[in-house]
Amino acid sequence: MTPEEEAEYKRRRKARNVVLALLLVGLVVLFYAITVVRIGAQG
Amino acid sequence: MTSPTNAVKLPADWRDFLALTKPRVMSLVVFTGLCGLLAAPGHINPVLGFTAVLCIALGAGGAGALNQWWEAEIDSGMKRTSKRPLPQGRLERTDARDFGIALSVASVLILGLAIHWLAATILAISIIYYAVVYTIWLKPRTPQNIVIGGGAGAFPPLIGWVAVTGDITAMPLLLFAVIFFWTPPHFWALALFVQTDYAKVGIPMLPVVAGEVATRRQILAYSIILLPLSAVPWWIGGTGPLYGIAALVLSGVFLLLTFPVAFRRTGEDDRMKPEKRLFTYSIAYLFALFGVLVADRAIYGSSVLT
Repeated sequence: MTPEEEAEYKRRRKARNVVLALLLVGLVVLFYAITVVRIGAQG
Repeated sequence: MTSPTNAVKLPADWRDFLALTKPRVMSLVVFTGLCGLLAAPGHINPVLGFTAVLCIALGAGGAGALNQWWEAEIDSGMKRTSKRPLPQGRLERTDARDFGIALSVASVLILGLAIHWLAATILAISIIYYAVVYTIWLKPRTPQNIVIGGGAGAFPPLIGWVAVTGDITAMPLLLFAVIFFWTPPHFWALALFVQTDYAKVGIPMLPVVAGEVATRRQILAYSIILLPLSAVPWWIGGTGPLYGIAALVLSGVFLLLTFPVAFRRTGEDDRMKPEKRLFTYSIAYLFALFGVLVADRAIYGSSVLT
């Protein structure tokens, strides 16, 4: 693997990790909001 | 293994996963789903409304990924689709399959937990309908495949509406029917002027199998049905006159633009102007019709029947 390929490998891996992290944070926020709304509706 | 070797394939770019979800198709799915949600009688918490539309979009994305997983070979044989991630080899085929299944399952589960299981069940049916009944089973087998595919595109407003009301009534079924009858003239108009290579890959598209004349006749038939059908929500008292009159005008123009398409034949060096005009209008038509439906609800609100 050439240095260019290795740089590309790392770039893609990092980009995927960032996207995955954003997705997970988004899901956490979404589930938190859903929970607040649904429990609030019962009160 | 601490450093990648030559044997290690480059990890797929995340944008290629995004492309699997067919983002352009999704814009129409999100719009019609949102309109169904906004036009439905009753109130939904904005957070839950957002979640419902998000799940409809995720489900459509999952179904789109499964469609591309199944059709990877077909796509590689056609110019329009040969640049997709799977034909280009930028993604593993099994990754596309797993991604599609994960999106589909997640969308149904979240919708069921956040809203209710009726909406989630309809979403699950719509995904299976598109990925299995349409893509795997009927698309390669019948020239009426576009009619069947139209059913898949007709689900979003139904799901959006049911997410609010919690039951299936005439109105959401009518919205389903409108998109169902809109799809064939919309797509066949495109099929007439785009030189597709469906024949090469063995997909029996109507213009290829039944010929141009039959296709033009069927476009006319669906456009004629669309005119009264689009106004039925008004006649049964489900909307106010704003929607009813707008639907008659919009569908009337649709039919007028269909006539030249229906009664001509492609000549040599044909610019296909009537077909292109009908196709462009058909997209604006759907956006306008559903936009007016929401405006009608905002204006007449609870004074109409549900």
